[in-house]
Amino acid sequence: MSDPAAAGWFQIERLPAAIATLLFAAVLFFFLRQARRGRPLFIRRIAGLEAVEEAVGRATEMGRPILYCAGLDPMEEVATVASINILGQVARKAGEYGTRLIMPNRDPIVMTVAQEVVRDAYAAVGRSDHYDSNDIYYTTQSQFGYAAAVCGVMLRERTATHFFIGHFYAEALVLAETGNSTGAIQIAGTDSDSQLPFFICACDYTLIGEELYAGSVYLSREPLLLGALKGQDAAKAVILAILVLGSLLGLFGVEAGRWLGGGGAP
Amino acid sequence: MKRTGPILLGFVVGMLMLVQFFTPNPWIAARYNNVLDWKQVVFGVTLILGVLSLLLHHGRRIRRRVAGWSYSGVTVAGLIVMILAGAVFGKERGPYPWLFAYVQSPMQSTLFALLAFYVASASYRAFRARSLHAGLLLAAGVIVMLGRVPLGEMIGFTVAGRFYSLATLSDLVLTVPNLAAKRGIMIGVGLGMTATAIKIILGIERTYLGKGA
Repeated sequence: MSDPAAAGWFQIERLPAAIATLLFAAVLFFFLRQARRGRPLFIRRIAGLEAVEEAVGRATEMGRPILYCAGLDPMEEVATVASINILGQVARKAGEYGTRLIMPNRDPIVMTVAQEVVRDAYAAVGRSDHYDSNDIYYTTQSQFGYAAAVCGVMLRERTATHFFIGHFYAEALVLAETGNSTGAIQIAGTDSDSQLPFFICACDYTLIGEELYAGSVYLSREPLLLGALKGQDAAKAVILAILVLGSLLGLFGVEAGRWLGGGGAP
Repeated sequence: MKRTGPILLGFVVGMLMLVQFFTPNPWIAARYNNVLDWKQVVFGVTLILGVLSLLLHHGRRIRRRVAGWSYSGVTVAGLIVMILAGAVFGKERGPYPWLFAYVQSPMQSTLFALLAFYVASASYRAFRARSLHAGLLLAAGVIVMLGRVPLGEMIGFTVAGRFYSLATLSDLVLTVPNLAAKRGIMIGVGLGMTATAIKIILGIERTYLGKGA
């Protein structure tokens, strides 16, 4: 085994990333403290998340199930964790209304976690009797096998509301277009920039990029989590300011990118 | 303990993952590989649960003869045939690779090929110029699509004696407004990911743990 001392303890080329992470964490902590002190925090309206209640209500009125897809990525991906967090909130509403929630899964670990989250969400609203673990099931690891299985559920179960929340690949349009053809109300959310245009075309509401990560906080309205969301916005403002400053410096021939660990302008 | 245990475990493993990114230390790298190995073990166990859930789900549909139960029959039969084919004849020869090459792969390719038609129908809806935004999308779409084919090299306009083809305009659309929007989205995604990771490591975000959290 190589000598730890020789290998060193820190990869110096990752120093900018370490500093950025620490600064971002500091901004988050600041806003978390503000939230803990009870300071009211304004969060902009996100149409896709406002529509969740309406979408669940529509399925209830029609007496049809809700379909939830958490994407293709495994549990360790942050987009999947964010999706499971939103699933918890959607399941609460489905439980309150007594509406069936169907969730085919591509990853067995995601399936296991989803079963726990949905069962607990139903229990939290006192509707444990409505929970059926058979509705959250494994399909296949195959990308298009999964897409075929989900499309089959849409057509056979005549689901009234579809949630496509998580990280998707080429199957995104197959799912969204099939759902669109059934007339279901569709809410999508993904951090995959290459699939976003397809969801925007084929779904009623789309959570774009960071809105996916804000979903659970927005729906739960938990003050402490709202603080973290506000911190995210503040960090984005700082990055915007750095970009503007970098662009201005670039106009004057100063290669600011080098200071941030980049190669500077070509 | 039921609540604190998972949060504490999440904190320790989360910090390990964070630290290993910044350090080349072999001991920490070995612990990181341990976590990846454990993940494989957990995956193996949950895969059994997954296959059981698949059988239960489709078994119930077959027993109750619900609409489309025959598809469930095909699914269960496919699962059993593939398991038997692999177990009896092996994965390298016999019916297992044959079924994979001549049944599963063509079916996947067929579904993938359907994307072309889905893209056409989605584009048709998106490009209907009913508003200013849709009109802009239509204009950008026409410029990019024509700019990608040889004809686009010939169509264009001349300004101050210099010819600008649709191919040049297409590159401009893709590398300036399109790339700027994509980078904006990716910056937001990066911050969202980091914020979610920090919230989970510190136990602030607990929805994924269920109601007790």
